[in-house]
Amino acid sequence: MAGKKESTFINMVLVLFIITLISGVALGGFYELTKEPIAAAKLAKKLNAIKEVVPEFNNNPSDEVYKVGINATDTLEFYPAKMDNKLVGTAVKTFTNKGFAGYIWVMVGFLPDGTINNYSILDHKETPGLGSKMGAWFKQTDPAKEKSSVINKNPGKTKFIVSKDGGDIDAITAATISSRAFMDAIQTGYNEYIKNKTKEDISHE
Amino acid sequence: MNNLQTFTKGLIKENPIFVLLLGMCPTLGVTSSAINGLGMGLATCFVLIMSNMVISMVSNQIPDKVKIPSFIVIIATFVTVISFLMEAYTPALHAQLGVFIPLIVVNCIVLGRAEAFASKNKVIPSILDGAGMGLGFSIALTLLGSVRELLGSGKVFGITLFNDTYGMLIFVLAPGAFIALGYLIAIINRIKKA
Repeated sequence: MAGKKESTFINMVLVLFIITLISGVALGGFYELTKEPIAAAKLAKKLNAIKEVVPEFNNNPSDEVYKVGINATDTLEFYPAKMDNKLVGTAVKTFTNKGFAGYIWVMVGFLPDGTINNYSILDHKETPGLGSKMGAWFKQTDPAKEKSSVINKNPGKTKFIVSKDGGDIDAITAATISSRAFMDAIQTGYNEYIKNKTKEDISHE
Repeated sequence: MNNLQTFTKGLIKENPIFVLLLGMCPTLGVTSSAINGLGMGLATCFVLIMSNMVISMVSNQIPDKVKIPSFIVIIATFVTVISFLMEAYTPALHAQLGVFIPLIVVNCIVLGRAEAFASKNKVIPSILDGAGMGLGFSIALTLLGSVRELLGSGKVFGITLFNDTYGMLIFVLAPGAFIALGYLIAIINRIKKA
């Protein structure tokens, strides 16, 4: 076995250069190799979320997406779902930054009249076991819990505020902040949906 | 020490979590469920094996003064590779583990084995050492994750064993990690003494 390399300046520079060069090439290769599967996985996740929240459709909502900027950094994404070219619902990727632990991203599906068809939580950092229950809490089918559900309700007619604050929706037990944030996300999505829907209707005429 | 011992010592006798107490940050951070613990453990295991292998091959060519930076670059390369692979093929797990995957780079168990074992040994023992340590780490994380998931939400690997209304929420949160880990270490010590 060859002796240990001396720590001379030229040796150190050379060794570090070779190591970083090989690493760089290897990483570049792996990046290229996994680029497509990663993109496909992301798209599949988004498409699944869309499928979950709107009625059955046969177009590709990602092709017809339109985006609306809310502030400098955040945009809402609208995915129109169509069955034989007729709009059956719109999946809106909406958000709030009023969560207990920052941003919550929600995919919510509106029927053409603004009624909520279903929703799906995309990303959140809420407390496990408390705020994290929002994924199931607001779509309970038990009639006794009807006031907790947002499904088949229209934010234009129902007050989308937690009942503690005088609204019509029951908050998650012990997670009022997360519940308020969830309501905020839905309301933002609804407001922008209605605003842009009328715009689109006019442009069609 | 023969090759078999090199491999098995990481499992119990020198288990990185329960005995060496190395790599506590991901241990406490991600083990809120069994599947997270297992995923994290296997990702670390991959990095350990690969980095041990490469470092044992090249360590003779690396001057002492740049040893640590060179090791870190090699480890970081493998961590980034596993991060790409997980994002591509297990996106849900990748999202769950989040920032803890890049943090494998600074996991002291990886650098610890590179410095203490791989840089002084040949390729085969180094691979076995990495595999043993990695598996020991995976077992420990899965065990800790299972205990926390069971006590916190009544499930193990997502299979409900009892209703989650009886779950003790604290075990899913950070304090539960410390409590569960403490008891597990106590139990392992008792077993080792017996």
